[in-house]
Amino acid sequence: MTPRVGVITFPGSLDDKDAARAVRLAGGESVALWHADADLHSVDAVVLPGGFSYGDYLRCGAIAKFAPVMEKLVDAAKGGLPILGICNGFQVLTESHLLPGALTRNDHLHFICRDQKLRIENNTSVWTSEFSIGDEILIPLKNGEGGYVADEKTLDQLEGDGLVIARYLDVNPNGSRRDIAGITNERGNVVGIMPHPEHAVEKLTGPTTDGLGFFTSILKSLVNDGKVSV
Amino acid sequence: MSVDKVSDAIASPDAPQPFAELGLKQDEYESIRKILGRRPTSSELAMYSVMWSEHCSYKSSKVHLRQFGTKVPKNNSMLVGIGENAGVVDIGDGWAVTFKVESHNHPSYVEPYQGAATGIGGIVRDIISMGARPVAVMDPLRFGDPENPDTRRVLTGIVSGIGGYGNCLGLPNIGGEIVFDSSYQGNPLVNALCVGTMKHEDIHLAKATGLGNAVILYGARTGGDGIGGVSVLASETFDADGPAKRPSVQVGDPFMEKLLIECTLEVLHAGLVEGIQDLGGAGISCATSELASNGEGGMHVWLDRVLLRDSTLSPEEILMSESQERMCAVVEPAKIDAFMAVCKKWDVEAVVIGDVNNSGRLTVEWHGEEIVNVPPRSVAHDGPVYERPYARPDWMDVRQASGPENLVRPSNAAEVRQTWLTMTGTPNLASKGWVTSQYDRYVMGNTVLAQPEDSGMIRVDEETGLGVAVSTDCNARFAALDPYLGAQLAFAESYRNVAVSGAVPLAVTNCLNFGSPEDPAVMWQFEQAVTGLADACLEMGTPVTGGNVSFYNQTGDVAIHPTPVIGVLGVIDHVDRRTPMAWNEDGELIYLLGTTRDELAGSEWAHAIHKHLGGMPPGLDLAAEKNLAEILVAGSRDGMLSAAHDVSDGGIAQTLAEMAMRSGIGARVSVQDGIDPFVWLWSESATRAVVVVNRNVEKHFVAMCEAGKFPITKIGVVDSGLISETGGSSQVLVIDNVYGETISLGIEELRSISEETLPRLFG
Repeated sequence: MTPRVGVITFPGSLDDKDAARAVRLAGGESVALWHADADLHSVDAVVLPGGFSYGDYLRCGAIAKFAPVMEKLVDAAKGGLPILGICNGFQVLTESHLLPGALTRNDHLHFICRDQKLRIENNTSVWTSEFSIGDEILIPLKNGEGGYVADEKTLDQLEGDGLVIARYLDVNPNGSRRDIAGITNERGNVVGIMPHPEHAVEKLTGPTTDGLGFFTSILKSLVNDGKVSV
Repeated sequence: MSVDKVSDAIASPDAPQPFAELGLKQDEYESIRKILGRRPTSSELAMYSVMWSEHCSYKSSKVHLRQFGTKVPKNNSMLVGIGENAGVVDIGDGWAVTFKVESHNHPSYVEPYQGAATGIGGIVRDIISMGARPVAVMDPLRFGDPENPDTRRVLTGIVSGIGGYGNCLGLPNIGGEIVFDSSYQGNPLVNALCVGTMKHEDIHLAKATGLGNAVILYGARTGGDGIGGVSVLASETFDADGPAKRPSVQVGDPFMEKLLIECTLEVLHAGLVEGIQDLGGAGISCATSELASNGEGGMHVWLDRVLLRDSTLSPEEILMSESQERMCAVVEPAKIDAFMAVCKKWDVEAVVIGDVNNSGRLTVEWHGEEIVNVPPRSVAHDGPVYERPYARPDWMDVRQASGPENLVRPSNAAEVRQTWLTMTGTPNLASKGWVTSQYDRYVMGNTVLAQPEDSGMIRVDEETGLGVAVSTDCNARFAALDPYLGAQLAFAESYRNVAVSGAVPLAVTNCLNFGSPEDPAVMWQFEQAVTGLADACLEMGTPVTGGNVSFYNQTGDVAIHPTPVIGVLGVIDHVDRRTPMAWNEDGELIYLLGTTRDELAGSEWAHAIHKHLGGMPPGLDLAAEKNLAEILVAGSRDGMLSAAHDVSDGGIAQTLAEMAMRSGIGARVSVQDGIDPFVWLWSESATRAVVVVNRNVEKHFVAMCEAGKFPITKIGVVDSGLISETGGSSQVLVIDNVYGETISLGIEELRSISEETLPRLFG
């Protein structure tokens, strides 16, 4: 059975179709999940896509946290379900306390869309297992509120425990503390990343295909765990 | 306050009415009285004032725009023509594309952020009301002198508004233009283009058909914003000392627009809608009168059912409000519940405000009282038509006679190098990356090309690779020198930009930005530009599918340069075949297609170095332009071109610099023999492109050009191993044959100059 990866659509989600396309191109089956439907439909993993859920009119991701589907998702995350939050999805994960810290307004106060170089720092999470530590990848970044912040103790802990999954290279595009672009939880099943791997899965439309690694990682992890077969 | 009812209008025929304050002229007011056989009620007066405004009625432009309907080229691709919300073009495989560009100039000067934001919102609703999914936006922008402090206010606000709205809406911004000229100081231009795609069977029109069908207003609630936007704001000249007009500007909510897109496409695809219309300029007045006029001819509206943000709004204000993110649908009674269920799913409020009848009248009631009873056609379509006087102004003689021949030109290698560096950093030629990096170009995952490429290209069908390319262009200085030729040159550049990317040009849209139509000189510019464009479209076989006119871009007596922004849409069978602008590999050969003449009038060099505007714009041979496009498309289709870039603003020098900066790889180029090196580098002769071919297809490509009798000259080769004179740069552009010498330009040196300008001015 092909691994089934759910993609949640909130009102204002924008990159949901892109995330679904990335899942398909990596060899998985994408399953559309709806914010108001408190059911994960037995998917093997979930992507929280980019966008502006509920217009981001309060704090980014703050209202999405209260969507009916999120209660199920938070429980499932604690049970080990693999979850990837991209951009707005990362913001939803921090607002839901599945990941520590917060994403704040870019330090230069502008929305920024650029091809961003990253260095992979962790390949033990289920979403980064296909990478090697030290891999340099180039994927699109586009956000207005992508500055990762946390208190010093949390930052030290993240670094000490090897939970930073990727850092910005060359340019820190938004003032993120310690150049952090993405983090994982201790169990390695929940990952949040600010840049967009789902926009770097085809040569034709992305700067590279470096983003595919996140999606092949999860599919292989699922197969290796014996949860699904290919 | 009592409401002015139809019965009141009959009872008090001579009550004074504020028609002038609403933007109506005395004779227009008299016509309304004649149509109705009585004085209008205040609500009727409100409706006529907005619908008969220049912005909505095209009363000054109509007589000239008819040419787009009479000079129609034989082209089987038009599915829906001018007159609907947007034209629709067949691109094959059952796919159709709709695209349109509109102005939001006046509001964007008054309130830059909201003006620009709602400009996108409005054009996007035009596209969804045709049944299409919006897939990309572009923004052709014009600003005043970059050094003027007010330009900073206007530009930063507009760019934030476009980003703030477009990014949140989830549409990739794939191109557009940013041009500075002091003629736009008090009248910046904010044009917004949107492209949408659909299957043929999904095309919808704005018609209220089917007796007894319900008229449903859905989307955002109606508020007090944008009242009189089209009449008081968009259809009058700014008065230098007049009161601020901020209350006439609408306020946008991109999140609501995103919900509106998804909700609208869902009700359309579920077959729940008979007719649909967006609410933009003139709000409910426009939507109800146009739907009724296009359909069975009668409609009754219960205006008190409209959901309001502000319960104190009067019926006149509700009729005129331009609150954003609203749509109007005509729905069969049996399908109302299903329609409402979709709205609920998307958290969109909806209410039945009226029904379709065969009375031949549009009637509106307010708490049981009739406040409007008019023939809808008289509001929507039979507004005044003006044959405004137009005449070529005498000053055109002086302007055309004072050409650039006597301007001081660089005449040795050192001066050429210095000119090159200066030109690379002029605000018009410098990198626009500081602006475009504030827009999302990746969302939806189908962006194949985006700025700074020649055109924006979107993949329409992921299975087959079918795609479309769009470009917008206009060198308004050319139009100021000769509006007929200037409009044709704008069209030719846009056409060429689409072809350079490998797409076949198919259809045209336009946004015609001019000064006051009440000035015969401006009206002459307009008449010339429209005629020029219509003639060119006829000859090139690309029909005009729709567009927009923006008059009154003038402060006091000073009008903007005539700015007919032309958008061309092309189709490409497989986006894999696209031609990018940057060369790739060592050894690739660089060719110039076309002929360079001493044509510097209206050029960026004359403007930037000498602040000069005079002479005659470059000549244009449309047959040659078509020939060039066919070569470029064939080169792409047969895989012969590894890169191509159009030659326009800033001439060959700018084209080569942009290709080198985009590529990051050096090249060695030699100035053509038999022509002055300065002229060769900075002339803006039309119908030229620089192309890059691989050695193994060189013979084939050259033979194709020669067979087509199109001028082709080998000018250089891509070479990553060149050493700069100063030794300081790893990749260099080396130019030989510059007054007998060689100059070299470091690519990093060019890039830092190019990228420094906009952040320095506006960052």
